[in-house]
Amino acid sequence: MEKSRSELGQIIIGVARDPLGLMGLIIVGVIVFCAIFAYWIVPYDPIAMDIKSRLQGPSAAHLLGTDQLGRDTFSRVIAGGQVALKVALPAVFGAMAIGLTLGMIAGYGPKWLDNLLMLFFDTIRSFPTVMFALAVVALIGPSLQTVVFVVMATSIPTYGRVARTQTLTLRNSEFILAERSMGASMARILGVHMLPNIIGVLAVLAAMDIPTVIALEAGLSFLGLGVKPPTPSWGALLKDGYSLIRQTPWLVVGGGLPIILATLGFTFLGESLRDVVDPKLRKQR
Amino acid sequence: MLSFATRRFGLSLLILFVAVTVMFLMIRAVPGDPVQIMLGPRATPELQAQLTAALGLDQPIWKQLLIFYGNLLQGDLGTDVFSGRSVTDIVFQQLPFTLELIFASILWSASLGIALGAYAAAHPNTLIDRIAAAISVSFVAAPAFVVALLALLVFAVHLQWFPAIGAGEGFWDRLDHLVLPAFAIGLSWVGYIARLVRASMLEVMGESHVRTARAFGIAERRVVMVYALRIAILPVVTVIGVGMGFLLSSAVFAEIVFARPGLGKLVIDSITTRNYPIVMGSVLISTALFVVSTALADLINALLDPRARTAH
Amino acid sequence: MTDTLLEIDHLSVDYETGRGDLKALRDITFDVNKGEIVGIVGESGCGKSTLISSILRLTAPNTRFREGEIRFKGQDLLQSSERHMRELRGADISIVFQDPMQTHNPVLTIGQQMLDIQHRSKQSKPDKLAHAAKMLGAVGIPDPEARLKQYPHEFSGGMRQRIAIAMALMSEPDLLIADEPTTALDATLEVQIIERLQELQREFHCAILFISHHLGVIAELCERVVVMYAGAVVESGEVREIFHNPKHPYTRRLIECDPGHIKERARVLPTIPGEVPDLANLPGGCIFRDRCDQAMARCATEVPPLDQLKEGHHAACWLNHEEVTT
Repeated sequence: MEKSRSELGQIIIGVARDPLGLMGLIIVGVIVFCAIFAYWIVPYDPIAMDIKSRLQGPSAAHLLGTDQLGRDTFSRVIAGGQVALKVALPAVFGAMAIGLTLGMIAGYGPKWLDNLLMLFFDTIRSFPTVMFALAVVALIGPSLQTVVFVVMATSIPTYGRVARTQTLTLRNSEFILAERSMGASMARILGVHMLPNIIGVLAVLAAMDIPTVIALEAGLSFLGLGVKPPTPSWGALLKDGYSLIRQTPWLVVGGGLPIILATLGFTFLGESLRDVVDPKLRKQR
Repeated sequence: MLSFATRRFGLSLLILFVAVTVMFLMIRAVPGDPVQIMLGPRATPELQAQLTAALGLDQPIWKQLLIFYGNLLQGDLGTDVFSGRSVTDIVFQQLPFTLELIFASILWSASLGIALGAYAAAHPNTLIDRIAAAISVSFVAAPAFVVALLALLVFAVHLQWFPAIGAGEGFWDRLDHLVLPAFAIGLSWVGYIARLVRASMLEVMGESHVRTARAFGIAERRVVMVYALRIAILPVVTVIGVGMGFLLSSAVFAEIVFARPGLGKLVIDSITTRNYPIVMGSVLISTALFVVSTALADLINALLDPRARTAH
Repeated sequence: MTDTLLEIDHLSVDYETGRGDLKALRDITFDVNKGEIVGIVGESGCGKSTLISSILRLTAPNTRFREGEIRFKGQDLLQSSERHMRELRGADISIVFQDPMQTHNPVLTIGQQMLDIQHRSKQSKPDKLAHAAKMLGAVGIPDPEARLKQYPHEFSGGMRQRIAIAMALMSEPDLLIADEPTTALDATLEVQIIERLQELQREFHCAILFISHHLGVIAELCERVVVMYAGAVVESGEVREIFHNPKHPYTRRLIECDPGHIKERARVLPTIPGEVPDLANLPGGCIFRDRCDQAMARCATEVPPLDQLKEGHHAACWLNHEEVTT
């Protein structure tokens, strides 16, 4: 444990030394901070309507103005970050866990199972993500859970494939062969020996995947197929902003900039993490 | 010669088959009677029975599936619940708009990306290379629909340089209408392709055949542009082929934002009206498009790379 | 003007690296006369590749020419303009590289590549193609017209190396550099390639700088030989003289390790116990000291100079000095 903690420290130091990585770290830090302490940061209740002061531009009272219902845009942006992370984190970690399990099974298990799982991965991948999301939403109705499920399902193959490749390479490495010859159980080999070697690579993938997930959540909410109103979400802000685009630019700006900022932050962080954790991965992308 | 491509194509068809089946079963597995959802709570029982029969929903599930496959093989994707028109017709009427948009997006972003990547590779670790790299990363991160909205806001609503909605009539007008959506979709690809080309170009430039070309005094321009670039762009073809799903997703959003006709608009409109046959048909066609484009990328690769024709 | 074609004169080349300068070549001196075949022999890492890329000036960006000259027809190539160098490459100086599987562009036909290298010629395209076909025929490729339309991967390794030779000789160069052209091929093919090279050399009257780590091939082909070790020349002279009377322990070991005759050679590199010294951190004294079974106290402190022992026979070893003094 002590060792892995110091390794984590090393990684963070490595990322912070890289200018892009430091930028990513700061942006992501700010977003996470705002999401956790959203309740204390927001100047107004993000869903409280105030019809008298609707569609205002930025002012001292409302930093980013108000929407068509008089809700404070800045408060909705901050609260929207919380929703974005609420979708992105469980979806990414869920996809990572399932992908990892399936990928290791595919890589370590019998050939027919491998083929079957690969076919499964390819099938999911061949659905254009948004089309798949739309189809599912159309079927089971829009909600936060639906979005998490859709996002998770579409990114399982990415993790599964990488976990499989890593397992396949490790499978014939000397230390695994030695363990096997000493009669170690499959669970022990996979859990104790392979997992630590695969998880780092997947964590990098996850960091790079979070922007995609945030964008997808926002996209679905923008189409009115994501989280339900009046829940504040960046996508919902964009949806309102789109319909009012000729009246006020502030809703589109307020919804769009945090998405771009968040994707930038996580991408910088992911890129930098990848260089620190595994320079070889650079080629695979 | 094409056995590799045919095998890939066969696999693609298998994937398509599985995808279609999963889709079909998913629709059927949804809790609640689709007919009731489609017609709404006020529909008469007669009307419901009529629609149930029309959709073949009174048959056992395996039979429905077989009928569905049979129709599919004949190019029949079913009938629109409301207008009674063939879904195939409706989908194929919208498809060209989407394809036009995807093609335009890829054309500009790949040209610029390849040029940027090749330039960066020819001048590695210079200031320009670093700036290009930073811009590339930032571009990769930009989600298409956000870019589309911001572009709409700035270039259509405020500056009014380009039209905000529709697909236009006639060549120049259509091109004018393509600029902003294609810009939004292609932006993230510029950075992605530039990085890809830079990396693969640097690798190719280090290979010994490039040294041979130089040792024969072939002009550096020709060495870079013909001897190295032709090999370095091969992965771009594959990436675009595989990225078709991603492109389609972006196109859906761009079509909504710019109120353009196309598959995306069709799907969203049918979802809001619970028009399942059309949703199903559009998803199917777009999945097929993805499968076909992957196979197509393989074929193009085989044309560009003589080694791929005999390999595998 | 003498009949000397290429003169390497006290050439020293470094590579700048993160852990200091790598002294790849140190004080190299030898020359190649017109129409002569000179062999360079040495293990991997002895500086052969650096020498070749220096002659063609196709060096990595971190290469630094510290001292000396490379004179081709009397002109110092290290001072020549890039334009002049490009005019020489593939015209007056041609090269056949080591690995025939990597040497051609994989996505262009052989015909296209042979057309491209005739970029200086004013001939029409059909004439150039006919010339290319003629050259393919000359190196023994059957049905050359049809094969011009094929891609490199459609040829075997031996064929590809012959194509490489055809391409190198196409401009009738004055100097052909052959960088271990047979290392990647099996023994029978090697014999064929060597014989073909000899015939062509007689036909085209070019000088050949033949690089190999294999003394048997050198003995078969060359008139003079330069033995290199860890970036320096340790012995040079007539092939006959060096084979019968080697004056450097390294040369002696190379001959012992070599099966002697080209047709029976084993497919292994000469193995001499020990490792080549670290070029970034050279020890003092003789560079071969650690691997030499005749090393003396003097070898650890003083670098032996490359002395002329006989007309045209040079060696850098203190043992020879003992002979002279005692």
